[in-house]
Amino acid sequence: MRKKVIFRGVALPYLLLVPQLAVTIVFFFWPAGMAVWQSTLRQDAFGLRTEFVAFENFLDLFGDALYLNAAWNTVIFSSSVAALALGAALFLAVQADKQIRGAGLYKTLLIWPYAVAPALAAVLWLFIFHPSIGLVGRAFGAIGIDWDYRVNGGQAMTMVVIAAAWKQVSYNFIFFLAGLQSIPTSVLEAAAIDGARPFRRFWTVIFPLLSPTAFFLLVVNLVYAFFDTFGVIHALTRGGPGNATETLIYKVYVDGVQNLNFGSSAAQSVILMVIVIALTAVQFRFIERRVHY
Amino acid sequence: MHRRTLLTGAMSLGVAAPALGQTQPIEIQFWHGLAQPLGGMLEKRATDFNATQTKYRVVPTFRGSYPETMVAAIAAFRANNAPHIVQMFEVGTGTMMGAGRAVKPVHELLSETGVQIDFNDYLPGVRGYYSLSDGRMMSMPFNSSTTIVWYNKDAFRRAGVDPDKFPETWQGVAEILPKLKAGGGTAVPMSTAWLTWAQIENFSAIHDIPLATLANGFGGLGTELRINNPLVQRHMQALVDWQKDGSFRYGGRNNAGEPAFPNGEAAIMFTSSGFRARVQREARFDWGVAMLPYYQGTPNAPINSIIGGASLWVMNKGPAAGGGRSRDEFQGVAEFFKYLSNPEVDAQWHMDTGYVPVRRASYAIAREKGFYRDNPGADVPIEQLLRGGGTLTDNSRGIRLGGFVEIRTIMEEEFERAFQGQQNAQQALANATTRGNQVLRNFERANRG
Repeated sequence: MRKKVIFRGVALPYLLLVPQLAVTIVFFFWPAGMAVWQSTLRQDAFGLRTEFVAFENFLDLFGDALYLNAAWNTVIFSSSVAALALGAALFLAVQADKQIRGAGLYKTLLIWPYAVAPALAAVLWLFIFHPSIGLVGRAFGAIGIDWDYRVNGGQAMTMVVIAAAWKQVSYNFIFFLAGLQSIPTSVLEAAAIDGARPFRRFWTVIFPLLSPTAFFLLVVNLVYAFFDTFGVIHALTRGGPGNATETLIYKVYVDGVQNLNFGSSAAQSVILMVIVIALTAVQFRFIERRVHY
Repeated sequence: MHRRTLLTGAMSLGVAAPALGQTQPIEIQFWHGLAQPLGGMLEKRATDFNATQTKYRVVPTFRGSYPETMVAAIAAFRANNAPHIVQMFEVGTGTMMGAGRAVKPVHELLSETGVQIDFNDYLPGVRGYYSLSDGRMMSMPFNSSTTIVWYNKDAFRRAGVDPDKFPETWQGVAEILPKLKAGGGTAVPMSTAWLTWAQIENFSAIHDIPLATLANGFGGLGTELRINNPLVQRHMQALVDWQKDGSFRYGGRNNAGEPAFPNGEAAIMFTSSGFRARVQREARFDWGVAMLPYYQGTPNAPINSIIGGASLWVMNKGPAAGGGRSRDEFQGVAEFFKYLSNPEVDAQWHMDTGYVPVRRASYAIAREKGFYRDNPGADVPIEQLLRGGGTLTDNSRGIRLGGFVEIRTIMEEEFERAFQGQQNAQQALANATTRGNQVLRNFERANRG
């Protein structure tokens, strides 16, 4: 039972809500409404001539092979980033949870990358992977691997996935470590006494107990890969070569900011908005259900 | 009461100050897209102008690359805060021509302010690019360049190729590439910046073949791309094949490939003549420049190449009626343009940067000063712009396509696929034509009427 404070009347509670509502309306509903409105229009770049086209921008998108290509890229990109970031973070968290010397230092260092701005992270990766100035890029060249992400879509995708996942490992690491530390030692000791070896203990005891954390992180990572990786892609590949690393969010930028095609860009934002609403709904539904195991 | 007196006093002081200081200059906002070292040289022109008079003050601001500057200016216009002058790259010309009341055409500006600039003395390729079909100027030509060949003479010597004579034809280039690959001592024999500008747009111009119908778009918004023709196919397929065998390397979009020349990675580079300042500063080897090669056996080839670089557009403040600019502001802009058009100023700009002189008079001044004797090859871009007698054809006047920034990206994307081996040059050109025409139709629709 929770204690509830009951206010009399209606004025005060609404008054207390006003600042929050104002912020939500000004920074969310209003721009979102503008995007929906803009998605039904076609305009020249300077906004001097406007034509109402209803759903034409959406229909054009669904008939556009490049938009479908961007959607497919997003699926590949997001699932790879989530898998890589979660896998690496889980491995590191399990290792850091052990009794080792300097664990505190490792933990601190592992959290650092989260504080690096996406564009800076991308530049760091550029110094590693660039075929003529990057350490690893040059090393690949020296041992005869034909490494040039500027003309190889697969290599470009691999590189942006690694760079984007690296950024997210820290965040996942913190949650996994917290999850691991909240698993009662008694359960693990009981399993050990029953003769379960570390590998078995991990898969049958630790992992199931971590699954709510993992699920939460999966959703967060997908949302991150969908919406938060613009900086990495922009700094590393600009969506190229061809359109090999152009994701949905990057295409919104290309069409809106570079090509000045505001109607199509707004329509794409509206589609992304629907996707993020769906992801959030899924998250709440499942988290609410599973969190009480 | 006492406080109010103080306040009134302070207010009257505040009112009095500007009244007393009538010398307060009128600010002219000037957004540009030139990174260092060129950006500093451009800003020096504004400072120099400010020093010649006290009435106006031109305030130059760097707004990122050309495309970023363009987007920033458009966004500012929509927010009723556009700069007075924006430096717009030549690719944005079509978009600006369709901008209606967002821009103040230069011919209007000059006739309203009574300032005279002799545009007849301007190089035909420069004047033609920025004027209407009846010859009235829409923007102020400023930093013009054209693509030329930059080559590493030391690498040519090592490979046993004559360093003083760059091949005039693509057939000749094809002959020296294997030698450069075997003995040039560079990572790759040849690379290019501005893939589409150098290898498709200027390539089409010097071969006198159309890039698009209706005189490359000068004749109206109904234009369609014509890049999928046998000669461009042949050339682009050669590049794709050379990429495969290691004789050529695509260095990325726009000018991303440029550093490979001054750092000695590529023996041959195609890029803007405005690259000169950087090569002079960074290259640690003997280098030379040459005119763009052509395919021997093409009728009429070679004729003049087309310009790139940028011009200065005058913008109204915002979409509201009247444009939001005072007479004095326009007067200041016109005076600044007058200053830039001065042949002495233009010649100095040319000699400092490697951009071509936009006036014949400035070309003469640079020659008199012995600039081309001391800097062999610095006149190559100018001669190339005047090649074939300097009479422009419909194919070599320039390009005026709406949404051309996007069309360039499309061509780059399709060729990035070709360089990966996913399609051949003919397929890349066919796809680029289909996608590019869609952009042209959208632009036509949005700018109709």
